Amino acid sequence: MTHLLEINNLDVKFDTDEGRITAIDNVSLTLDQGKVLGIVGESGSGKSVTAKSIMQLNPGNTIYNDNAEIIIDDEDVLKFTSKNDLKKIRGGKVSMIFQEPMASFAPAIKIGSQMVEQLMIHKPMDKKEAKNISIDMLNRVGIADAEKRFNQYAFELSGGMRQRAMIAMALSTMPKLLLADEPTTALDVTIQAQVINLMKDIIKEYNMGVIFITHDLGVIAQVADDVAVMYLGSVVEQGPVNEILKNPMHPYTKGLINALPDINNLDAPLTPIPGNIPSPLDRPSGCVFRTRCPHASKEGKEENIEMGLVEVKPGHWLDKCGVDCGKI
Amino acid sequence: MSENIVSVNNLSVSFDYQENFLSKKQKIKAVNNINIKIKKGSFFGLVGESGSGKTTLGRAILGANKISTGNVIFHDDERDFDLTTINSKEMKEYRKKAQLIFQDPYAALSPRMTVRDIIAEPLEVMKITNSREETDARVRDIAAKCRLNLEHLRRFPHAFSGGQRQRISIARALVSNPKFIVADESVAALDVSIQADILNLLKQLQHELNLTYLFISHDLSVVAHVCDIVAVMYLGHIVEMAPSRELFSNPKHPYTKALLSSIPSIDPENKSKAIELEGEIPSAMNPPSGCVFRTRCPHASPDGKEGNIEMRLEEVEPDHWVDRCGVSCG
Ligand SMILES: Nc1ncnc2c1ncn2[C@@H]1O[C@H](COP(=O)(O)OP(=O)(O)OP(=O)(O)O)[C@@H](O)[C@H]1O
Ligand SMILES: Nc1ncnc2c1ncn2[C@@H]1O[C@H](COP(=O)(O)OP(=O)(O)OP(=O)(O)O)[C@@H](O)[C@H]1O
Ligand code: SF4
Ligand code: SF4
Ligand SMILES: [Mg+2]
Ligand SMILES: [Mg+2]
Repeated sequence: MTHLLEINNLDVKFDTDEGRITAIDNVSLTLDQGKVLGIVGESGSGKSVTAKSIMQLNPGNTIYNDNAEIIIDDEDVLKFTSKNDLKKIRGGKVSMIFQEPMASFAPAIKIGSQMVEQLMIHKPMDKKEAKNISIDMLNRVGIADAEKRFNQYAFELSGGMRQRAMIAMALSTMPKLLLADEPTTALDVTIQAQVINLMKDIIKEYNMGVIFITHDLGVIAQVADDVAVMYLGSVVEQGPVNEILKNPMHPYTKGLINALPDINNLDAPLTPIPGNIPSPLDRPSGCVFRTRCPHASKEGKEENIEMGLVEVKPGHWLDKCGVDCGKI
Repeated sequence: MSENIVSVNNLSVSFDYQENFLSKKQKIKAVNNINIKIKKGSFFGLVGESGSGKTTLGRAILGANKISTGNVIFHDDERDFDLTTINSKEMKEYRKKAQLIFQDPYAALSPRMTVRDIIAEPLEVMKITNSREETDARVRDIAAKCRLNLEHLRRFPHAFSGGQRQRISIARALVSNPKFIVADESVAALDVSIQADILNLLKQLQHELNLTYLFISHDLSVVAHVCDIVAVMYLGHIVEMAPSRELFSNPKHPYTKALLSSIPSIDPENKSKAIELEGEIPSAMNPPSGCVFRTRCPHASPDGKEGNIEMRLEEVEPDHWVDRCGVSCG
């Protein structure tokens, strides 16, 4: 069976004044239609860069490796050269919900006009129809008085409304592949639950594939079928969401789950993973997590490990280092 | 000397809304008759429905939003600032006392400035320091408190992760030696481990520098852990307010109960206990009469008598305030 999306051996580097930054190191992922793949991980671990690579939205200083592939519907996005090719992705099969809704709406154009324009790029239809679909979608994401909000500018909406308008815009185009980058961070929990249910319905209805990036493990537990955990540009653990959250094996995944504030025990201190995240300019050799791992060996043998996922249980993939060293 | 640093009295903030050039202007009441007192040295949490007016309230306290009616008073050690009548000269002074920590550490930091220059900018803009040496000393001092080292100061922001950038934002907000900080969703963009780290830092600085925070967040587990007192907003109103422990263990208002029950859990078996709110989310453009929560409240009376209630907080237990409706109907 072919997958909706297949990422193979992706490296992404950025050239900066201070040197070359490795943002993604040898990432491979697959996604099938109708499925939701969650990506979690520390900020700066490369989640957004992964999504932007799929849309080819990384800036000019980006360097991809030669043997990387990002295949959507049998076509390799990284081999696209013309604007027309890219159009198939950006104005067609794929939609993205961006992490900063303020940045994705033009400030001087009413949000309604932007939604209508997006829709008309994706599908042939007249303005009136596009307006109806847009208002209906604004309603469905829980925006009251949608006809009026349609005529407002982004700065006139609250943070959570902007984010829902962004979600409405992306869903209304009915993409085959939806890239949702922290789509619910600005929502209160009751509206978040409503928006997540709506997204799940639409994903099912249109058999979309979704990459759902979030740092909220509770949200991941609700929406995702599978989850990939990223640290400093590498996927360190991956598998079905219940399995990973119940039986985390990588020291980083364990640390993340341990850092969740417990609402039932307000006396428990907040427990961050100790140590500082290394600068991407000096990414550790070998196991990327070794500078903060509580199980790192004294003799520092992790410096020379080569990273790579190994299937430790059916469907449960773990970085090799997590296999060898995590046993302690 | 007042034990409060901020008093908000009967505050309302409205925005104009006009559908097109021809139609007549309407008002959106974003914040509706709010009264709060923020104690010196406290960590005051503000949670609630998206669009309920949290950011607007925070901005009004900072003097960044026009006040429609009511007033906001900031009590400094020697003097009071009345935000309703403040002039531009006083505003300059006030800016040194009250600061905002940005939500998004990525967008907020200019990529072309070194970390040192980013942190130093408020000192230079507000003309707080007199020499480069003095500026450098202040920058180094606050950077160290925020656990950034000297080598970090020479770098540009893109070389930092989200958590480190948030520390840079915090250092920038604190460098002018403010007394009051509004943190509007300041940790929302960060993963749980970095969140915990930043929250521990804010807590530590609260004590070291004697800071007071207004902490706006929709993450209830975070609020429960860091805030001393929490106010819950719905459609422009505060519907409940209490010390954190009391609020989380003994919520009274139906909206607060629904909120607390909806916190997503990582346990998949735990999905069904959320109280689902039925009904249309009402709009600030056209809010329900009487109790603003009545269109979605599971306990609304069948005869709709809540349409005629006047909303007002009542103290049901010491320091535990609930909207009257939550008291009489719930
Ligand atoms: N245009 C760029 N130039 C240089 N470095 C970049 C650029 N874009 C991203 N980076 C770096 O790449 C790394 C990965 O960034 P990315 O935005 O993917 O992180 P993320 O996992 O989405 O984090 P967050 O949870 O904070 O959004 C970071 O170290 C970031 O600083
Ligand atoms: N500059 C503005 N012009 C017009 N309306 C505004 C403006 N700023 C806010 N509003 C309106 O005021 C109301 C409250 O918005 P506010 O941003 O304070 O909500 P919030 O509680 O911070 O929500 P969120 O959790 O989504 O950030 C909303 O209806 C919003 O549309
Ligand atoms: S290889 Fe060693 S340092 Fe790396 S995650 Fe495993 S135990 Fe930790
Ligand atoms: S007054 Fe009635 S409708 Fe309003 S919160 Fe109380 S019980 Fe619910
Ligand atoms: Mg990101
Ligand atoms: Mg807000």
